[in-house]
Amino acid sequence: MGLVLPEYGLLFWMVLTFGIVLFILKKFAWKPILSSLKERENSIEDALELAQKTRDEMAKLQADNEKILAEARQQREELLKEARDIRQKMIDEAKEKAAEEGDKMIASARQAFENEKSTAIDEMKKSIVSMSVQIAEKILKQHFEDPKKQQEFLDTYLKDIKLN
Amino acid sequence: MIKNKTVVNQSLTINYYLLICVSFFFLLLSSMSLKAQEDTLVKNHDEKAEEKAFDPGTFIFEHIGDAYEWHIATFGKTHVSMPLPVIVYSKEKGLNIFISSKFHHGHEAYNGFYIDEDPKSANKGKIVETLSNGQVVRPFDISLTKNVLSLLISVALLLFLFITMANTYKKNPGKAPKGLQSMLELLVIFVRDDIAKASIQKNHEKYLPYLLTVFSFIFLNNLLGLIPFFPGGANLTGNIAVTVSLAVFTFVITTFVGNKNYWTHMVNAPGVPWWLKFPIPLMPFVEIMGMFTKPFVLAVRLFANITAGHIIALVFYSLIFIFGSMNIYAGYGISVISILFTVFMMFLELLVAFIQAYVFTLLSALYFGLATEEHEHKEQHQQH
Repeated sequence: MGLVLPEYGLLFWMVLTFGIVLFILKKFAWKPILSSLKERENSIEDALELAQKTRDEMAKLQADNEKILAEARQQREELLKEARDIRQKMIDEAKEKAAEEGDKMIASARQAFENEKSTAIDEMKKSIVSMSVQIAEKILKQHFEDPKKQQEFLDTYLKDIKLN
Repeated sequence: MIKNKTVVNQSLTINYYLLICVSFFFLLLSSMSLKAQEDTLVKNHDEKAEEKAFDPGTFIFEHIGDAYEWHIATFGKTHVSMPLPVIVYSKEKGLNIFISSKFHHGHEAYNGFYIDEDPKSANKGKIVETLSNGQVVRPFDISLTKNVLSLLISVALLLFLFITMANTYKKNPGKAPKGLQSMLELLVIFVRDDIAKASIQKNHEKYLPYLLTVFSFIFLNNLLGLIPFFPGGANLTGNIAVTVSLAVFTFVITTFVGNKNYWTHMVNAPGVPWWLKFPIPLMPFVEIMGMFTKPFVLAVRLFANITAGHIIALVFYSLIFIFGSMNIYAGYGISVISILFTVFMMFLELLVAFIQAYVFTLLSALYFGLATEEHEHKEQHQQH
């Protein structure tokens, strides 16, 4: 029976001691411990939040970077294409121009050549004519030194005329 | 998947076998011990003049009970024990403070005070005095007994541990905890998050100092009780006076913080048919009784669990001496089994030490939570 009946002496000491301990621990242990724990938890939470935020920002930045990069790449492509086009165009134009010029030159050369040729031919004709006339003159002179022959020739012509 | 399942099943069956074996052993041992006890009792009567035979009942109750001296060891016939101060107030002799060694282990009287050793007396083991009219009464006794000293030691340890911990926080603010600090922090966070926050709806911080103190006090004393020698070994949390004091604290706090809702619920529980309340106030009676049974159960649960653990361990040790008194070799033989079982019980008690501290704190927190609960009862009860 003594086991299950509370002994008032111990009860007295227990209530007294426990009350004092509760008070002391509350003031000197639980308060600083709990506040420190809370502080630390808050700081950890803040840090985690900040990390998340930074991560998000980083992701955003990265996305931006990629976008900028893509844009730059596209721009470069465009520029290159444009440059290529311009080059092609220039080459084409130059080719065209060169061809035209060449044609023109060839034409003028041909013209000049034709002119030269005709002049030469004219001159040749002239000289051939004069030479032929001279030759003919000489031949005629030689031929018609003999009056007999002259007569003969005349006769032939006359005969022809007569035929006419 | 299937393989896992069979493994689980196997381990379950193994556990069952273990359980059956253990319970069988218990049965066997208890029947043997009863028989042995009878034998020794018989023997006791025969050889009473020769030597005081081993009496397990006395042995066990001496160990789990309180004492005016702290018995540390006995070598042959020399008792090594720490005498403790006795503080008694007698109507005839006034306040008396003296050291308990004056009793010479209860064999002598001092200043009219002596330890009642009559096994039939209600005051057995307590200090009594014989008044001038020949009446034997107990003086008002607030001696620093073994349990009080154990209480003071545990409290000093508690203060040291937690104030050191608190100072560590002050010393290294914002740093990761280490050593003692991180070990105790585990308990503090456990009480805060899993007990207080989980059971008390609003303003749980208000109750945290009490809950933390109760939890650490019970847990530390449960553990100290498992240490078989000084400064442990006192059965403090297995003492009804201690558990009653703790329960009274919980009761007082619950009663003081109880809000309108709580008292309304107590006197006029909503959602209960009127005939349970009106001519005979059955429900209010039950509710108000519940107000007192809750702390009562708290006190008894802790007391019974811890005392039972101590008794079981002591019974195993008693077995050695019971068997030893029959036959010395039987004593040696049974000591192996006793020690094995006590080791097993020790591990169980380690678990119980934590669980009982947890249960006491959790239930206290639940009572505070109930007392401060705020919700619309009408709606809830209509839904049901």
